[in-house]
Amino acid sequence: MTSRVEETGSTFDESHPPGGGKQVRRLDRVVIRFAGDSGDGMQLTGDRFTSETAGFGNDLSTLPNFPAEIRAPAGTLPGVSSFQLHFADHDILTPGDAPDVLVAMNPAALKANLGDLPRGAEIIVNTDEFTKRALAKVGWSADPLDDGTLAEFRVHPVALTTLTVEALKTTSLARKDAERAKNMFALGLLSWMYHRPTEGTEGFLRSKFARKPEIAEANVLAFRAGWNYGETTESFAVSYEVAPAAKAFAPGRYRNISGNLALAYGLIAASRQSGLSLFLGSYPITPASDILHELSKHKNFGVRTFQAEDEIAGIGAALGAAFGGALGVTTTSGPGVALKSETIGLAVSLELPLLVVDIQRGGPSTGLPTKTEQADLLQAMFGRNGEAPVPIVAPASPGECFGMALEAARIALAYRTPVFLLSDGYLANGSEPWRVPEVSELPDLRVEFATEPNAPDGSDGFWPYLRDPETLARPWAVPGTPGLEHRIGGIEKQDGTGNISYDPANHDHMVRTRQAKIDGITVPDLVVDDPSGDAKLLVLGWGSTFGPIAAGVRRARAAGGKVAQAHLRYLNPFPANLGDLLGRYDRVLVPEMNLGQLAMLLRARYLVDARSFTQVSGMPFKAQQLAAVISEALGGN
Amino acid sequence: MATELTLTAKDFKSDQEVRWCPGCGDYAILAAVQGFLPELGIARENIVFVSGIGCSSRFPYYLNTYGMHSIHGRAPAIATGLASSRPDLSVWVITGDGDALSIGGNHLIHALRRNVNLKILLFNNRIYGLTKGQYSPTSEPGKITKSTPMGSLDEPFRPLSLALGAEASFVARTIDSDRKHLTSVLRAAAEHQGTALVEIYQNCNIFNDGAFEVLKDPETRDAALLRLEHGQPYTVDGVEHLHDVTDPDPTRAFALSRMSEPTPIGVLRAVARPTYDSQLNAQLDQAVTERGAGDLSTLLSGSDTWMVR
Ligand SMILES: Cc1ncc(C[n+]2csc(CCOP(=O)(O)OP(=O)(O)O)c2C)c(N)n1
Ligand code: SF4
Ligand SMILES: [Mg+2]
Repeated sequence: MTSRVEETGSTFDESHPPGGGKQVRRLDRVVIRFAGDSGDGMQLTGDRFTSETAGFGNDLSTLPNFPAEIRAPAGTLPGVSSFQLHFADHDILTPGDAPDVLVAMNPAALKANLGDLPRGAEIIVNTDEFTKRALAKVGWSADPLDDGTLAEFRVHPVALTTLTVEALKTTSLARKDAERAKNMFALGLLSWMYHRPTEGTEGFLRSKFARKPEIAEANVLAFRAGWNYGETTESFAVSYEVAPAAKAFAPGRYRNISGNLALAYGLIAASRQSGLSLFLGSYPITPASDILHELSKHKNFGVRTFQAEDEIAGIGAALGAAFGGALGVTTTSGPGVALKSETIGLAVSLELPLLVVDIQRGGPSTGLPTKTEQADLLQAMFGRNGEAPVPIVAPASPGECFGMALEAARIALAYRTPVFLLSDGYLANGSEPWRVPEVSELPDLRVEFATEPNAPDGSDGFWPYLRDPETLARPWAVPGTPGLEHRIGGIEKQDGTGNISYDPANHDHMVRTRQAKIDGITVPDLVVDDPSGDAKLLVLGWGSTFGPIAAGVRRARAAGGKVAQAHLRYLNPFPANLGDLLGRYDRVLVPEMNLGQLAMLLRARYLVDARSFTQVSGMPFKAQQLAAVISEALGGN
Repeated sequence: MATELTLTAKDFKSDQEVRWCPGCGDYAILAAVQGFLPELGIARENIVFVSGIGCSSRFPYYLNTYGMHSIHGRAPAIATGLASSRPDLSVWVITGDGDALSIGGNHLIHALRRNVNLKILLFNNRIYGLTKGQYSPTSEPGKITKSTPMGSLDEPFRPLSLALGAEASFVARTIDSDRKHLTSVLRAAAEHQGTALVEIYQNCNIFNDGAFEVLKDPETRDAALLRLEHGQPYTVDGVEHLHDVTDPDPTRAFALSRMSEPTPIGVLRAVARPTYDSQLNAQLDQAVTERGAGDLSTLLSGSDTWMVR
């Protein structure tokens, strides 16, 4: 009875429980957006609802969206923070184009999000905040709650603040503190509306505020009061069920995970699987800082985290640790990559393993720190002096950040090279259900350090640049190994001996050898999804656009279009079969959140007429938007 | 060391041809370091020299230890990562006045305040040697060079004052040509736990010849130098002070660091302070003691999972 085509509108069954209780409707999917002031705790509210939903077994996808300022002036449009969650009884790919339900904690939140709401959407508003002053702050002279502005929506006016304060009357909390629990009242109400389990949130609140038991209890009380309010009040006549997405998931143990958390875990796993201790050198920057925060918690895994004086020192320290035999990692965003470029070049020349994680954000310069973009591809590809090739991998979803961190480590360790991992703000903060892998499934990344002299003349000399004929990797001889003392540096060196060399022929040879090493990296072939088997159009993307592209493709197919989809996780080198694949299609469409960077590489490399579709708004693509572009490319209207 | 090491200066010479200008002060420093290293009693494989860029930064190529010639100014950062992940190593940084104080100033001051177990040898020739003679952050004001034909305008750094201001736990100065003194300062630096900054006055006979001549000329040097010895008195402006390198109050050391007539040489300050690397590694041990060695499977599962069958 439920629709299998994502985001083409919900379908539902109705049921009236016997005994004349409230009506329960069954939906196949819902998109909820929580919106409020930066200080209203909307991210926390969204996170909790997500946890409840994940635990319930729905498929889900989230989109946090917050301002760069920690507390922009209260009640203003720039201060609005929101969290969107899409959950369903089937597999879904995106956080949803438009909310079915908006929770607006104040007039600014309502105004900032109104434009995104489709006709008939439900709006739950905190009427207590709709004062003349608050309305004036966002330029409303009349109250939209009663001047017809919201006529095409289903509005639930709720005095959230008053009700919360009332519910906490019995506690010793000052009114101001009591008011702060209103987000938990809202969460309780929504949890009732969508039949979410509540134990998790109560447990969470008790442990979060373990040191302030009265605050913990107040939040639990507010949360329950919200639930009870839904249950008893007349203004909420209907509640909804979204069944678990049993068929969407392969069997296994699942958890909800954000991209940055998955990435941090992937790095720890890479350290374990390689037997190398993890060293992170990093300088705080949005949206990468959470990886530093997370890794710093896991010192009992032998993880060393070093908050450096700047990005240059962060990568420098990581490279120094790599010289010493550690798995060296640096995490940053685009502006940090700019600072690290010279050291990445050094790592290319030293041929040492090093992971450079770039959580891309809007640019140029400071740009849009909290928004997403994928405009650092060419920076990662070419942003260094000289011929300095660096492998690039890019996860396509939050959960994939785990596996791609392991892949980045595999390449770095096997080929003795710095590797870029390109994630972005959308993957970093967004979350989805993730099947927890068994440790036994993880790849073996063990490396062998050099222990013996290797000079081809049979002497006891050590040649630091004597290459493995297969991978062209040079030996990794770490300090502490007797007899292998050697010097490496950024000056051109003779292949083999590693001695400084200014010889023109040697330099030409070294430039080509370093390039050949990267070109020769083994990466999996690209897999195309084409159910029709004879599509003429290929939609090709990379990175975080996977979800919206796949959702757009589904829609186009549902409308009868024949379209093939493929998604690149390896951008340098490209999969070996890419050129062949591109040649098989009449048209290639490349949607990107930049001005066509992948398309440029494809055109240059394969002489293919790749067509770009680009958006650089700081927000992910919408499925609807891509479906329209695809249908146009198919020759539709 | 389990076995007695009987290394000599020769063991620390690499097979590479040394390529400084004939007469450069760097030769004397190299010879002194090669002569001193056997004294450490540390096996060659456990010693690492990391340098930046400059004439001075070629130094690691000429030593038969592990070494890295990195990029301009960044050696303290690179060495910090190495020393804090490998506390078993003896890590030395070689840098110049431009490398350490211009492009790498930020890394230098932060290494000093962190007190990572590093020995930083700053070759101060008060000029940019490798780029052929521009003035440096330690050049005297009014310096006429290729880039400052009408004289340089900026006030120079006093490297040791800067180091003390950056909370350095060990600060010393010595001179390239005084092998005995240079060796004694290296010894003190090596013994120090934490970051040691040693400024070495080094003659660049091509672009800044004679910069330290008054401190070297047998005629003038006794009057021009103030030789500091821990526990020995010294006199400034007729007032006698007892030199105490361990004085927790850096005031006297700072006053000494600003003096030029006479110029103090020797150890100005050597105070005990926990090192960054030992504390970082202690946190790792503490985490294991408190929470047990990390279990990957438990970590990946977290506390909120559900089963799909
Ligand atoms: C990023 C970068 N900028 C500039 C240079 C050019 N450069 C090389 S060495 C140097 C100055 C060296 O002066 P100093 O550190 O005093 O060393 P010296 O040669 O005097 O021993 C400069 C500017 C460089 N190699 N890298
Ligand atoms: S330029 Fe000066 S510092 Fe450089 S090698 Fe020549 S004499 Fe030495
Ligand atoms: Mg110099």
